[in-house]
Amino acid sequence: MSNIPETGRSSRVTIRLVAIQVLVFSLLATLGGRLWYLQIRNGDEYSAEAAGNHVQQVVQPAVRGSILDARGVPLADNETRLVVSASRTELMKMKDDGEAVLARLAEVLDMTPEEVAEKVRLCDSKTPQPCWNGSPYQPIPVTDEATTQQALQIRERAEEFPGITAEPTAVRRYPAPDKARTSQVLGYLSPVTDEEIKKAENSRSPLLRSDQIGRSGLERAYDDALRGKAGVTRYEVDKLGRVMGEQRNDKSEAGSSVITSIDSRVQAVAEKELEKAMKEARKQMDRNTNRLYEADAGAVVVMEAKTGRVVAMASNPDYDPNAWVGGISGKDYARMTDKKSNYPLLNRAIQGQAAPGSIFKVVSTAAALQAGYDFDGRYNCGSSYSIGNQVFKNFESQNHGPISLGRALEVSCDTVFYALGHEQWRKDGGLTPHKDAKNWFYRTAHQFGLGAETGIDLPNEVTGRVPDRKWKKDFWKANKDNWCKIAKKWPEKKDYVTQLSRENCLEGMKLHAFDSVNYSIGQGDTLVTPIQMAAIYGAISNGGTLYNPTVGKAIVSPDGKRVERIEPKSHAKLPISKANLAKMDKALEGVATRGTAAWRFGGWPQDKIAMHAKTGTAEVYGKQTTSWFATYTKDYAIVMTISQGGTGSGASGPAVRNIYNALYGVGGKGGINKKKALLYKPQDELPKIGKDGTIESPEPPKKPVKVGRRSE
Amino acid sequence: MTSQRFFIRRYTPELGAWARLTARDSLVRRLDWILLGACLMLSVIGTLLVWSATRNRTELNSGDTYAYLLKHLINIGIGVALMVGTVWLGHRTLRTAVPFLYGLSVLLVTLVLTPLGATINGAHAWIKAGGLSLQPSEFCKITIILGMAMLLAARVDAGDRLHPDHRTVMQALGMAVLPMAITMLMPDLGSVMVMAVIVLGVLLASGASNRWVIGLCTTGAVGAVMVWQLGVLDEYQINRFAAFANPELDPAGVGYNTNQARIAIGSGGLLGKGLFHGSQTTGQFVPEQQTDFIFTVAGEELGFLGAGLIILLLGIVMWRCCRIARDTTELYGTIVAAGITAWFAFQAFENIGMTLGIMPVAGLPLPFVSYGGTSMFAVWIAIGLLLSIRIQRPVSA
Repeated sequence: MSNIPETGRSSRVTIRLVAIQVLVFSLLATLGGRLWYLQIRNGDEYSAEAAGNHVQQVVQPAVRGSILDARGVPLADNETRLVVSASRTELMKMKDDGEAVLARLAEVLDMTPEEVAEKVRLCDSKTPQPCWNGSPYQPIPVTDEATTQQALQIRERAEEFPGITAEPTAVRRYPAPDKARTSQVLGYLSPVTDEEIKKAENSRSPLLRSDQIGRSGLERAYDDALRGKAGVTRYEVDKLGRVMGEQRNDKSEAGSSVITSIDSRVQAVAEKELEKAMKEARKQMDRNTNRLYEADAGAVVVMEAKTGRVVAMASNPDYDPNAWVGGISGKDYARMTDKKSNYPLLNRAIQGQAAPGSIFKVVSTAAALQAGYDFDGRYNCGSSYSIGNQVFKNFESQNHGPISLGRALEVSCDTVFYALGHEQWRKDGGLTPHKDAKNWFYRTAHQFGLGAETGIDLPNEVTGRVPDRKWKKDFWKANKDNWCKIAKKWPEKKDYVTQLSRENCLEGMKLHAFDSVNYSIGQGDTLVTPIQMAAIYGAISNGGTLYNPTVGKAIVSPDGKRVERIEPKSHAKLPISKANLAKMDKALEGVATRGTAAWRFGGWPQDKIAMHAKTGTAEVYGKQTTSWFATYTKDYAIVMTISQGGTGSGASGPAVRNIYNALYGVGGKGGINKKKALLYKPQDELPKIGKDGTIESPEPPKKPVKVGRRSE
Repeated sequence: MTSQRFFIRRYTPELGAWARLTARDSLVRRLDWILLGACLMLSVIGTLLVWSATRNRTELNSGDTYAYLLKHLINIGIGVALMVGTVWLGHRTLRTAVPFLYGLSVLLVTLVLTPLGATINGAHAWIKAGGLSLQPSEFCKITIILGMAMLLAARVDAGDRLHPDHRTVMQALGMAVLPMAITMLMPDLGSVMVMAVIVLGVLLASGASNRWVIGLCTTGAVGAVMVWQLGVLDEYQINRFAAFANPELDPAGVGYNTNQARIAIGSGGLLGKGLFHGSQTTGQFVPEQQTDFIFTVAGEELGFLGAGLIILLLGIVMWRCCRIARDTTELYGTIVAAGITAWFAFQAFENIGMTLGIMPVAGLPLPFVSYGGTSMFAVWIAIGLLLSIRIQRPVSA
């Protein structure tokens, strides 16, 4: 500045030079500011993005835990299959993208090169199935049915098959010991969906794309324990996907095993007897419809009375759970879900609901006692009961005269319960209930656990229904529009449906006298599940405790060191006094010895094993009657039902008797052979667990596939 | 006191070689060591970054980890030699050769359009002869500065006028437009942009009338708007241009580059991941990382401190450029220094700005840092000119 130029440096130039300088430095300052913004302010965000950029995961699936029966016999385990896989990352490094290797592989595996190529190509919007939907960094299985010979060829000529592995891999298997399929109780696995992966993202056990997940039954209920934790190796990769190094390696943890209270032998008997009973029923003529009985579905539950543990649970029709292994075929799936097969996926022991018929009378009896009636009082068992001009007949119009409640149970007298139900309905105010209406018959049903889940450790249990005043109102609200629409055709159209709709439209919100009469013998809108009835009859046997039925008995860690027992849990007590319960117990014993079920228990060693029973034959509008048979001894409760199967004792009686015979080792003439008894006493202890975590089974599993040279 | 000592030394004939070298008006004393130091530091940092960016790129270095390191060091060596040569000749000597140099550079640029030209990375801006490749537009940046300066300063430095007259300005502009037009035909838009900014800087420093400056700016703006509005460009070209702000406009092309560049820089944080340890760099996620996107290596591996140091060093270079422009007494030197300032400043801003996502992507190297021979030679020749201007400025009496 002090330098005054000799030549004419003008002030204009000086000013402009200063301007240039200011401009230049503001540009540099802008860069500095932006750099700070990216690196310091938003640095973490970009770090995360950079981390996601160059890490690829490879998953080693965890071996899924086994599901065992009470003695340690596997109901679901894993078999070793030889899986041949191709590593895309390796193949893509080759000049021809691995084409030559795949062609050689196809030859060894007796497949066409096209088949192999289709297996290992990646799915995208333009690629039709089959294609690989998983991570391209994951070895892609080409076949899981390689023979030992093929595996050896691949392994011994490893240099000819770079990127190809032949490894023994665990695949789910349902071995069906003693031919006990246990289908619906075990459930099945299927590949995890995108939503499930997303949902489990932040949970304790996140899911991986390659995971199989339990879809129903025990596989679903104990999925968390069974699944274990898949191992994940994170590789750093460059832009072209080449592996640069290993970042982290989480070892896979095998899943825990679940020991159940199922006894595969009893289960096998139950399944066999159910099937037999249904076949037998289909030969019987239904006198009401003049058709053979359809016997389209059935279920049986064998439960420990004192704990609620399920010893056997069968539902018919059933399916082979192995159909799901390795991905169910479209044909199989269609067959399992179409109407013609009558939905074998349903576990009717917990998902089938029907009117209970007379096996409901234990609830009605308890209701009457709660309402203040005397167990030993005298109640008229006439051939019919009339309300106004409506006549309600006793079963086969029998007439027993005045009898006690106990006798009414024994002979299953409908009219006694009609009268009690109707009387209570009137006392509550009839069509216009009092504010303090007791609703004893409905309240008692709720107290017996009806209209609610039993809490069994199987998914998707249904609640059944107690058709009380509230339900009536709700149901009317939901359906009145439809009913009233149909009712408009009245009086031009006078068929049953129109008439019923008209009545429902006008009066459906109210609990009518005939509703209460029907309800008192478990008919009408009442719905129960077999497991609910098993819990109730078990509770009557054990002195009044309603247990949450359980199938799982213990969860055993893969090393056998951690054994977590699943203890029986009760959720309610029956609302009935000890003395009355004892009387009811006597009456139900009477059913088996001289009542409606007596003809099925001829020659039963009643003095040694006291048998109790109740039969039920429920009417369903437009269908044949549902057969119910509820029984118990001091240790077990067995409930069986056959839809459209006929009477309780008729259709289900022999099957239940045979299950008891097998359990207790009762012979044809009533002799007991404890050696032949499958489970004379319920088994409380768990099977032996070895030091290495193996659970001893009395029936050794089939030998797994062995490979000549195992790399262990 | 000190000045007295120097005074004495200056007139003492028996002084040793060292003393002569360090005498007040000696060449060594008058060299701008701050400028030189900053440029050398940038080159050293650049060498490390180029090495880091090319170590793993086997498709580039054919397996030789040191290939690019070596080539880059040779480039720097040649560049420094060219600088020394320039200083030795002096900018005044060179002034007489400007017409020849200008003609040579225009000839070379024209050669690019002939079959001798080669396309590298989508830019048809190269001449390939033997194993060497040359980017003549880099030299044009210098010859435009020198040529314009010669014309604009001639009558002012002779004392005839205070400011260049309109005719001279028009001649100077015509001189600049020729190589610009040829470069535009390649097309090498990035270089044209730099040349335009150089022209603006030169005009400003020459003291040409405000009307010229405003007129030039307006022409540029109107031209840009017309190109945009008249649909001269295809949509993909516009998207490509705008992708720096919104990578989704061109996710596979420029958008990918800018996105990966931003991830690389952003993930560096304060201290960086350490030289050779950047995952974005070793994973080769950023394309053109040793040349146009060299700054991302600095951002990722050296962090805010390292990348900030580069900006700071560039700032020092600009500061010295401005000082030299202001301190020299002849307009010729002022114009040359200002032109170089404009060149360096804009090219650095554009290059770093595009990696930071605030400027559109254009294929321009970062002065002193990026790999690339011609660019390296050009910037060092420019430094030689600057030093020469400083050395030869008349010492005030």
